[in-house]
Amino acid sequence: MRVYRQRIRSVQATKKITRAMELIAASRVVKARQRVIESTPYASALTRAVSAVATFSNVEHPLTTEHPQVRRAAMVVITSDRGLAGAYSSAVLKESEKLAELLREEGKEVIPYLVGRKAVGFYKFRRREFAQEWSGFSDSPTFEVAREIGTRITEDFIKDYDTGGVDEVHVVFTRFVSMVTQEPEVIRLLPLEVVEGTEAPESDEVLPLYEFEPSADQVLDALLPKYVTERLFNALLQSAASELAARQRAMKSATDNAEELIRKYTRLANQARQAEITQEISEIVGGADALASAK
Amino acid sequence: MGQLQVELVAADRKVWEGEAKQVSARTVEGELGILPGHTPLLGVLVSGEVRIESISGQTHTATIDTGFLSVEHDRVTIVAEVVDASQIRA
Repeated sequence: MRVYRQRIRSVQATKKITRAMELIAASRVVKARQRVIESTPYASALTRAVSAVATFSNVEHPLTTEHPQVRRAAMVVITSDRGLAGAYSSAVLKESEKLAELLREEGKEVIPYLVGRKAVGFYKFRRREFAQEWSGFSDSPTFEVAREIGTRITEDFIKDYDTGGVDEVHVVFTRFVSMVTQEPEVIRLLPLEVVEGTEAPESDEVLPLYEFEPSADQVLDALLPKYVTERLFNALLQSAASELAARQRAMKSATDNAEELIRKYTRLANQARQAEITQEISEIVGGADALASAK
Repeated sequence: MGQLQVELVAADRKVWEGEAKQVSARTVEGELGILPGHTPLLGVLVSGEVRIESISGQTHTATIDTGFLSVEHDRVTIVAEVVDASQIRA
């Protein structure tokens, strides 16, 4: 019986923790979704501007040109810093493994760039090489981080193959579909495919003939890196929202499990107590009987 | 002449939106002022101040790092990665 009591107490303590984590995740996920929504005006303004430049000038830009021969591909993997979020990180990592496999089959060398401690741990445990890691912010990424990653990747993309540059950049992140569905997804970030953006301006609306200051090339030069950073930022935000939603769900089922365990152990404890009482009574009765017959 | 529809957008939020009489900002080529009826324009901004004179005559000033500005049909969109809007009242 004492053992059951102990178990109940320990499960109750665990339940308190998981319940608290569930509530924290629930409140943060709202904020994270808010941030995704708040970043859309920037995204649509940028997409619009980029497509405007791309439509009215046939500028070849290093960030949009396909390399004739892709020999090295970068893979940015966005995971969480902490666990206890169900299959969140492992789903992303699994997806990234699949992508790496595919790229290698196409004869490309894969260079991983890792975001989030879980990915770093995954690679370090397997003693694999990776180019760079960023971590410590996964549930509330700032724009500065996105810019840092963007700058590094763009630099590596522009570099020649011989000096360690990459010819393609892929991003593996988790798209936040809804509170219950988050899907790991792969996008090719570089070279950019402009115009076919997700938030392209409505087709019935004709883009006006812009004047460019200072010139179309230079505007594009300034815009494209921002576009890259924005896509990364968006991926980070979506991943953050997904992570929190996944954690909320995982913690909810943990709490439910704890409740069930407590119920089960309470029953067992009650049963054990009742058995003890019954035994005591029968011992007393038996003792009294023995005394009576001894007289 | 109408008025300008102005949007000031940072990477993580919409900072300000409203109607204005005049917008001025610094592009890479120099100071640029926009009045209603301006031709469509896409310009690269350098870090500095953006001034928006709203329809009520108030002047809003925000400090931005590099960004860009687009004008079309009296709609002005100022986009910057980081906007310091401490001096702007909604």
